[in-house]
Amino acid sequence: MQMSGMGIGAMMLPQIPVTGSSINELQLLEPWIDAAAKKKLTEVALNAAKSKGASYTDVRIGRYLQQYLFTREKQVQNIVNAESYGIGIRVIANGTWGFSATSDVTPDGIAKCAETAVAIAKANSKFQKEPVELALQKGVGDKTWKTPIVKNAFEIPSREKIDLLMNVNGKAMENGASFVTSNLFFVNEQKYFASSDGSFIDQDIHRIWPTFTVTVTDKAAGKFKTRDAISSPMGMGYEYLDGIASEKIAGPNGLVGYRNSYDMVEDAIVAAKQAKEKMTAKSVQAGKYDLVLDPNHLGLTIHESVGHPTELDRVLGYEANYAGTSFATLDKWQSKNFAYGSKLVNIVADKTQAHTLGAVGFDDEGVPCKEWDIIKDGILVNYQAIRDQAKIIGEKESHGCCYADNWSSVQFQRMPNISLKPGTEKRSVMDMIKGVEKGIYIIGRGSYSIDQQRYNFQFGGQVFYEIKNGELAGMLDDVAYQSNTQEFWNSCTQLCDKDDYRTFGSFFDGKGQPGQVSAVSHGSSTTRFDGVNVINTGRKI
Amino acid sequence: MSIILSESEAKALLQKVLSYSKADECEVNILGEERGNIRYARNEVSTSGSLINQNLSVQSAFGKKVGVATIDEFSDESLQKVVRRSEELAQLAPENPEYISVLEPQTYQKSQGYFESTAAINANFRASAVGNSLDITRSENLTAAGFLDNQKGYSAMMNSKGLFAYYPSTGVNFSLTVRTPDGTGSGYVARGYSDAKKLDTTAATKIAVQKSKGSVGAKALEPGKYTVILEPTAAAVLLENIFFNFDARSADEGRSFLSKPGGKTKLNEKIVDERVNIYSDPSHPDLPGSPWSGEGLPINKMNWIEKGVVKNMVYSRYWAQKNNVKPVPFPSNVIMEGGTATMEEMIKSTKQGILVTKLWYIREVDPQTLLLTGLTRDGTFYIENGVIKHPVKNFRFNESPVIMLNNLETLGKAERVVSTESERNYLIPPMKIREFTFSSLSDAV
Repeated sequence: MQMSGMGIGAMMLPQIPVTGSSINELQLLEPWIDAAAKKKLTEVALNAAKSKGASYTDVRIGRYLQQYLFTREKQVQNIVNAESYGIGIRVIANGTWGFSATSDVTPDGIAKCAETAVAIAKANSKFQKEPVELALQKGVGDKTWKTPIVKNAFEIPSREKIDLLMNVNGKAMENGASFVTSNLFFVNEQKYFASSDGSFIDQDIHRIWPTFTVTVTDKAAGKFKTRDAISSPMGMGYEYLDGIASEKIAGPNGLVGYRNSYDMVEDAIVAAKQAKEKMTAKSVQAGKYDLVLDPNHLGLTIHESVGHPTELDRVLGYEANYAGTSFATLDKWQSKNFAYGSKLVNIVADKTQAHTLGAVGFDDEGVPCKEWDIIKDGILVNYQAIRDQAKIIGEKESHGCCYADNWSSVQFQRMPNISLKPGTEKRSVMDMIKGVEKGIYIIGRGSYSIDQQRYNFQFGGQVFYEIKNGELAGMLDDVAYQSNTQEFWNSCTQLCDKDDYRTFGSFFDGKGQPGQVSAVSHGSSTTRFDGVNVINTGRKI
Repeated sequence: MSIILSESEAKALLQKVLSYSKADECEVNILGEERGNIRYARNEVSTSGSLINQNLSVQSAFGKKVGVATIDEFSDESLQKVVRRSEELAQLAPENPEYISVLEPQTYQKSQGYFESTAAINANFRASAVGNSLDITRSENLTAAGFLDNQKGYSAMMNSKGLFAYYPSTGVNFSLTVRTPDGTGSGYVARGYSDAKKLDTTAATKIAVQKSKGSVGAKALEPGKYTVILEPTAAAVLLENIFFNFDARSADEGRSFLSKPGGKTKLNEKIVDERVNIYSDPSHPDLPGSPWSGEGLPINKMNWIEKGVVKNMVYSRYWAQKNNVKPVPFPSNVIMEGGTATMEEMIKSTKQGILVTKLWYIREVDPQTLLLTGLTRDGTFYIENGVIKHPVKNFRFNESPVIMLNNLETLGKAERVVSTESERNYLIPPMKIREFTFSSLSDAV
């Protein structure tokens, strides 16, 4: 599930999750309490919970900063500077989880909160059949980790950010846009984790997402088309917006792929031109096509068709009432021969890759982060697990996939980065297109929908080009492809190499009841899938 | 002080905040709420929690320079600080050409959305409501995953022209998915009420159990165009995409399904079957809503679609002034009028069709036509010669709710439903639709 993205109009704004109180911009830079003081406060919680009967306790003291900027055309619509801080305490008592959180970070407030968490655990234990069992995690002592940023986005004055967005909007309008909305999202999680295992971990995590939507209208014809940014949210600082030439990958038809540096103005110009071109693009003829999928598109397909079905909590039924369960059942994994995809398909989970949204030092259970295989040579080999699930799949330790979106939310299993390894043979996008007789080249994130067990999906995109006899043959419109997850990944026949590898990201991935968001990246190189069913989405009303 | 302020407490607090204001105009919004939830899966409680939330937002304006600041604790010092901060932000802000002066005092209609029965929900209530549900699924050897979430709260506002508004409300939502142990059957139920007295988790659980058992052994049908009967839960997630897109500005700007060639809009045009009547009414006893909008505009009964014709669109105060029309706030509830047919009658009169009880993962494919895609889920059944023959495998659909409401056959009686996409509550009837487009099959259960 994904939260709805940026649409047109203010009605969408309330859907962007904002937590806490607004503060002035300078307060975003003020330091909060230091690590030693946080450690003392967590010890209050650890001791209080233990004295009330908890057999395990973890404590997260967090300060969550958000700066969101919203503009349209020549106007600033909104600037949100928000801060939220407090403490979340999770315990096991009577073999059952209990959780409580408070913004009262005084020793008294914390002790009371710990007591409540234990009381909740005890109350819920009457429904528990089997006690919670945690995979071993030795205490790591005092540790620190910080996203390796070059420029802290919160240190850049909002005036400069607004100037950038006004430039983006202006350039889009100059190049044919009728309307444009542009946004910048910055997040900083300052979180301190302590557990009764003896871990005391101080982390400073930064994320960034620049994006826009260009709209072109033809009022006479009563027609409109949009093109969204092909940026990616990243685990980076403001340096992501430097637009460094060496991080650009030149594609066909003036398309530019962005690795770890994004040129927002350049993309806005291309977007306006492409949105205009979409107005007269040929409506696709439904049928089977070979698809050449750009990383900025394929990331979402990986997210929905590999990321979510290999979440162990879904497989086990914990998400059955909302996000659903999974076709990737334990028996398929146990068989050791379930062909999720063709032999070319190697999918890794990781929480360590630099610049990604998933990269942290330790997860929200204090587990050091790592990389592991999910699909190897096409075969399903593993899932994404946390401490109380590890034993179910015979693992001795957690994969480190536990995350809570705020101090006030309880942590649970969330998706790590799930990425498709690039091909080992040298191959550019143009090389790949040359080999396709009847195909479609798809760029960007469009409409997406998948069933609750992740078999049947439908994806759109931002830009579509017809491929005829090895050459691009003009823009197409009304394109969406439908497939079955296993069939789709088994139709994977070619991968571009590491030079084309880029990450796509989801900034507001939703899961759970009550809902929580998380941010996750998906890397891949441009990849080919043969004989995929394409439908025409054009209608008249 | 309690998180939930009474009308007089809220008024006093807002007056105090306004007394700190030095701006040309000031508007203060406040809300407080208490929420509790319990979640279960695999026939066990998995998580539970409670949340207290309060927030106060101050908008200060000097001319057309506007600043907004918010705060979540209400000491005198904090309140003064938040007013100063909003004023600082306003002084630094560029002029907002779309700023409209705050409203004069208004009168609002009565709406009864606060129920003591719901306000009194505590952890024991939640545990016992879920316990009743679990007793059934455990004894039937089925697997339950569900969620119960209750809320009580209020919102209030005051501005420097003396406008004051206050509205308290309560709500409880319950949803449940029941699966057979072998994973071949799945059924769902969702209930939403303002008054918790109406919540019966035992009765609701029985419905999900029935659908779960009844969906075992689903057969595959060829995708294509079918007559469908949509239960209200299924219809709501399609129709709300119409409601969300009733903004006049987007239509005027030529980027809405309500835009039409020549730069005009579809206001006063018939866009769907003439039996379709969609309106909002905050005082409806089955779906009470706030009688005022965030800016203090009165929300009164409003027809959106009457006899298939677009009667009104949402006009922000800025867009209304620019176009010399009255502002129309976004509604606080949406009601589609029903017909008289019972579900049994609708099934009985169907020669060949599909009963859809729930739809899932709805996404807009084309904003121009409101083409949506998504899938059936948790109980889909084949109807032949007036009877339910057997469960069918789930389908993916590609359909526009506008086209769908043009293909209307029959309407049943409206009932309160919870959207499984937006969690909003609506009054929506079950409906029979011809030529609904299913485009592929799914193996998902």
